Amino acid sequence: MLDLATGRAAANLASVGEFAQFAGRAARQSVVPPVEFRETVRQLYELGLRSVPLIAASGLAVGVVLSMHTRASLERFGAESMIPAGLAMALVRETGPLTAGLLLSGRLGAGIGAELGAMRVTEQIDALEASAVDAFRYLVVTRVIACVIALPILTTIMNFSGMLGGYLAERAATGMSLGLYFDRAFSLIGMTDYVPATVKTMVFGFIIATVSSYLGYTTRSGTEGVGRASTRAVVFSSMLIIVSNVVLVQLIFFIFPEASG
Amino acid sequence: MTLAQAQPVADATRRGRREPAVRLEHVTKAFGDLRVLDDVSFEVPEGIGFIILGRSGTGKSVTLRHIIGLVRPDAGRVFVRGREMSALEGARLSDARREIGFLFQSAALFDSISVGENVAFPMRRHTRLRDQEIRERATQKLESVGLGAHYDKMPGDLSGGMRKRAGLARAMALDPALLLVDEPSAGLDPITSEEIDDLLLELKTAGTTLIVVTHNIPSARKLGDRLVMLHEGRIAIQGTVDDLERSDEALVHAFMSSSHSG
Repeated sequence: MLDLATGRAAANLASVGEFAQFAGRAARQSVVPPVEFRETVRQLYELGLRSVPLIAASGLAVGVVLSMHTRASLERFGAESMIPAGLAMALVRETGPLTAGLLLSGRLGAGIGAELGAMRVTEQIDALEASAVDAFRYLVVTRVIACVIALPILTTIMNFSGMLGGYLAERAATGMSLGLYFDRAFSLIGMTDYVPATVKTMVFGFIIATVSSYLGYTTRSGTEGVGRASTRAVVFSSMLIIVSNVVLVQLIFFIFPEASG
Repeated sequence: MTLAQAQPVADATRRGRREPAVRLEHVTKAFGDLRVLDDVSFEVPEGIGFIILGRSGTGKSVTLRHIIGLVRPDAGRVFVRGREMSALEGARLSDARREIGFLFQSAALFDSISVGENVAFPMRRHTRLRDQEIRERATQKLESVGLGAHYDKMPGDLSGGMRKRAGLARAMALDPALLLVDEPSAGLDPITSEEIDDLLLELKTAGTTLIVVTHNIPSARKLGDRLVMLHEGRIAIQGTVDDLERSDEALVHAFMSSSHSG
């Protein structure tokens, strides 16, 4: 029993080490030319642009619900006029980035894990190598770059659609005009609220791309392995995003003390 | 337009190469506790059809993967046209691979792009040809395997035999001097299997060196100038078809007298 547990612990530790090497290689090759430009653009389209409907629709719903909750709370204190600013602050600083990160870890993580896993078990990755193509640079690095670029943009879209959802809820409740709503929404938030919180989603993008690529790229055991890679990609990247968010928020507060106010 | 062009042989002759197309020296490979290849050595001269026979799990496909550098030996060395594949890395390994075509057992077509783009892929990566010219050449390659009308189809829309032929067209996209073929008849009916053999024979006649892994004895007879039989990771016998047919070894005799076609 003890041997079994020790063996599993050692195997898990080895996997963590292997993943660290994989992520390090991906990070290094993402900034060292040559870049697979065409494939990166294709991935930006597949992973980024095609995620816009999901992000926009989710943002809208989150905005409506957040606005309803905020109204219920602030009404007690007679501070309904603070609803747009409060909602914007919550969205831009935390809710937008984290929700976008988790939503995309589902969509992109599952997609990348399954696609690369299927390519591994059907020998397509070997076929790339046999065609004298650096499969790691072609498949992994392009996805890492695309995710790192796409996440902040998608987060910004989520923030705006969330605010729009908030506006629709306010409009229904009080008949507030669009101009007044956004005027109030932007009255309290500054660049130190937006920039660090949005830039941190680049780390989320890196986590999603490297975790899911690693699990897909190293898939074994046929179609069963593909399913497992896809599920694990979502679970592990979501967990890592939540955990890393704690560290990143601390880091943001340390570098930008005004962001904690 | 034939699938192959005589250029590789002409190149080799002009440069006066004396090295064999492929040479394995005492190659040993194990995966975990399982020793798949055990001190395997052979040479494949330029321009011949070389067949690797053996029962399932005897290391035939692993041998092909060593030749193209997808797998590295634990011990021993692998040379392709004088270059030690087992020691090459990065750009130099990629350069060496451009001289080699590989037809995978499953064809391994890239399923996110069309059949024609699969064939065009190596040209887009490794030549400076214009888009139109690449498309024309890819279409010609597809025509030569009887798939000229299927450029825009997706791989998932093709039958097993058509996928294999498309894979062959892709493997020949850069007119490699050496073509590695893993189980060309696997999963195919006898007629389609014979069509693939005819295409391979055409390539060999045009000067391409073939290394074919197969269980199919009629294919081996048709394509093979030299044969090697692997058994439990070691070479059981090597020679011509006649040598193997005259062998007293029970395993070799059983293999050569079978009419197994797949």
